[in-house]
Amino acid sequence: MSVRHALLALLSEGPKYGLQLRQEFEARTGEVWPLNIGQVYTTLQRLERDGLVESDDTEMDGPQKGFRITGAGRTELHEWLRTPSDDAIPPRDELVIKVLVAMGVPGVDVPGLLQVHRHRLVELMQRYTRLKGDALDDLGVALVVDAEIFRLDALIRWLDAADARVRRLPAPGAVKVGRVAPGPRRRLAARR
Amino acid sequence: MTAELELRRVSKVFGSGPTEVQALRDVDLRVEAGELVAVMGPSGSGKSTLLTIAGTLEEPTSGEVAVAGREVSRLSRNDRARLRRHSVGYVFQDFNLLAGLTAVENVALPLELDGVGARAAAASGLEALERMGLSEQADRYPDELSGGERQRVAIARAVVGERRVVLADEPTGALDSVNGEAVMRLLRAACQRGVAGVVVTHDAQLASWADRVVFLRDGRVVDQTGTSPGVESLLAPGPSS
Repeated sequence: MSVRHALLALLSEGPKYGLQLRQEFEARTGEVWPLNIGQVYTTLQRLERDGLVESDDTEMDGPQKGFRITGAGRTELHEWLRTPSDDAIPPRDELVIKVLVAMGVPGVDVPGLLQVHRHRLVELMQRYTRLKGDALDDLGVALVVDAEIFRLDALIRWLDAADARVRRLPAPGAVKVGRVAPGPRRRLAARR
Repeated sequence: MTAELELRRVSKVFGSGPTEVQALRDVDLRVEAGELVAVMGPSGSGKSTLLTIAGTLEEPTSGEVAVAGREVSRLSRNDRARLRRHSVGYVFQDFNLLAGLTAVENVALPLELDGVGARAAAASGLEALERMGLSEQADRYPDELSGGERQRVAIARAVVGERRVVLADEPTGALDSVNGEAVMRLLRAACQRGVAGVVVTHDAQLASWADRVVFLRDGRVVDQTGTSPGVESLLAPGPSS
């Protein structure tokens, strides 16, 4: 997540103070990503250094110092909004890694392991769904909650697919992991 | 709290000999009034069998089923049908509304079949439709309604009157996510008014609307949310390890 661009987006609405930026950032993102005030000021200093924001002509740092976006800042913000996020390379997903590793560990009940993770993810999803049930009128919260539910859903679907594949295996011990040439990561990279 | 629906050590076997299929194995399930429980599992895990047995449409090979406090196995065929009409509502993936009846007539039909007078049934039907936000559509026929509206009519039909148990089989399968969410919101609200609900699904998003999620694998309840399996369960030899 780019705090830098999120702050530019908030400043594109008008000049704001640092503390106000932190509060608005948290409110708009459903308070899912807490931001510490030090991080806000460090980011603002860098944005100012790069000419993307300007501050009041006061020497004083702190809550009274106001910031506004520059022309260059607006250009940067709009370019960032349109730039696709880098989803071409699979992320190093901890859950995927755990399941892959578990295949090779003797004595691990893999479907049981998949269920432990499925259980946890479904419980998390129940919590987000409850949040959605309570907060219909807050668009920001609804969008963040939707994103989280869809992310969890993707993981659960992956677990279900992994479960089905593991159950179809011919015999115990026949699993070969990591011996596929040339490797999906390299193959995916080659397609870019 | 009273259990409106209770399955005790329910097993179901279809066929015999080499073609024998054990669809359910020693399933225990208790659903209280006001509770919505999701039964989640892949195709072939026994979800639909569980639902037809819970709805008294099929008898278990062994085990006991109690609906609205009554042991189903002790009831005559007629009493069982009466219990089903009076106490159990169904919601299906493809709505199953009668095309020749209006929305309110569809909702009132189970009450009329149960011996309620036409006028009283229609009044209850309208009230159920109002709760689903569909009073304007009461006189429309199913083909004049959107998919989401049809499913809301089906939920009204499932909860109308004095229903104690609502059983839903993939109720949002034919709907987009916004309409699916609206349907689950209403189903949950219906349960919160005191009905015991069971929804069977393979879809985690749908299951996550429930108070409790029960996981079904190969006809067995393997786990449910609200309980935390210990790490030692990972190392126990499983059926396919």
